[in-house]
Amino acid sequence: MLPTPSQTVGPFYGYALPFPGGGEIAPAGHRDTVAVHGRVLDGAGEAIPDALLEVWQPAPDGSRTGAPGSLRRDPVTGGFAGRDGVTFTGFGRVATDADGHYSLRTLAPGGVPYLSVCLFARGLLHHLFTRIYLPGADLAADPLLASLEPGRRGTLLAAEEAPGTYRFDLRLQGPEETVFLDFN
Amino acid sequence: MPPTQQSISEEIAREHEAYARAGSVRHHPDRGYAPYRSSLLRHPRQPLVAVRDPEAVELSGPAFGVTDVTELDGDLTRRHTGEPLGERIVVTGRVLDRAGRPVRGQLVEIWQANASGRYAHQRDQHPAPLDPNFTGAGRQLTDDQGTYRFTTVKPGAYPWRNHTNAWRPAHIHFSLFGTAFTQRLVTQMYFPGDPLLPYDPILQSVTDDAARARLVATYDHDLSVPEQSLGYRWDIVLDGPAATWIEEGR
Ligand SMILES: [Fe+2]
Repeated sequence: MLPTPSQTVGPFYGYALPFPGGGEIAPAGHRDTVAVHGRVLDGAGEAIPDALLEVWQPAPDGSRTGAPGSLRRDPVTGGFAGRDGVTFTGFGRVATDADGHYSLRTLAPGGVPYLSVCLFARGLLHHLFTRIYLPGADLAADPLLASLEPGRRGTLLAAEEAPGTYRFDLRLQGPEETVFLDFN
Repeated sequence: MPPTQQSISEEIAREHEAYARAGSVRHHPDRGYAPYRSSLLRHPRQPLVAVRDPEAVELSGPAFGVTDVTELDGDLTRRHTGEPLGERIVVTGRVLDRAGRPVRGQLVEIWQANASGRYAHQRDQHPAPLDPNFTGAGRQLTDDQGTYRFTTVKPGAYPWRNHTNAWRPAHIHFSLFGTAFTQRLVTQMYFPGDPLLPYDPILQSVTDDAARARLVATYDHDLSVPEQSLGYRWDIVLDGPAATWIEEGR
């Protein structure tokens, strides 16, 4: 069957798609929590204040089944109840702020340590996929990283700013344009 | 000076001609489609890097369940104490993969303007009235046949600043998940017979006529409820790597 075409997320998704705790993928207070943050920038180097990032990743044990409960609802008020603080769903969703900044708190995935990112924004007619690679011994063996020339490979590597805090910027266009991926 | 509708319409026509001349089928918009001006600095110029790794994490995807929705989330007309203004509609259809298999138990989210063409969003400064009884967001899990069903009001057209006298046709924004993250889709559903469709660079960014037609719902009289609501049917087919729809049982 022929696919339904993509259309931009537009500027007004803010009351529908983001949810409380969207960037809090790690169970509350988990001692192995890492923070991943950065900015989303356009071709002029300006902040994109209306981008939406989704993250999907394996659990620390490498399992890829995920779990429901990322956007738990409160049946009493009809609002959001928040995550249960225990379950690792593997899914996160955050909007950028006025400065184009996002932040996530998660647990490093098992296997090759990368977070899969799906990026949406006003002005972007079709979402973009990329990956945030956290530092780790397994990176040398990763087929995607191995296929990239060093300059471009660096756009997929998160930088460790402090123990457990990683920086990853996304540049939609320009000389340091992030590597975006095609799976079809 | 912002461009006129006429110059944008001429650009749209040129893009359609260039697509027809190129002779290959393209289902999704070109991210660099220039008549939609916001795309100019927001699309990559480097080619996408192909990933054909059968172990890619993106071939799996997030799971959602009964805790992620409430029963009322499918009815956008019952989220407040009063009744919203506007023409009541039901929008339903099936979410399928490219092999035609239903996408079961997955999350469908929608958002839209109210009947006057105004979003419940601070940045929407269109001077049409807000409706205290309508927010315009809903979500649902697909059933075993891949079916979703929303009750809402028909959204109004609204102006935007892409060019002078730019108007978005009435549309409902949809967000969909498949079984693989690669099948992720955010799109917009349009209404049949809307006179604004040919003028809109966002819809027209889908330069393939047949693909563009797949974004327009069908009016279905059998779905209309007497004395209550009009019915529209819109099926959605999620794209994804060939491996997720050619190989059965994956
Ligand atoms: Fe819209």
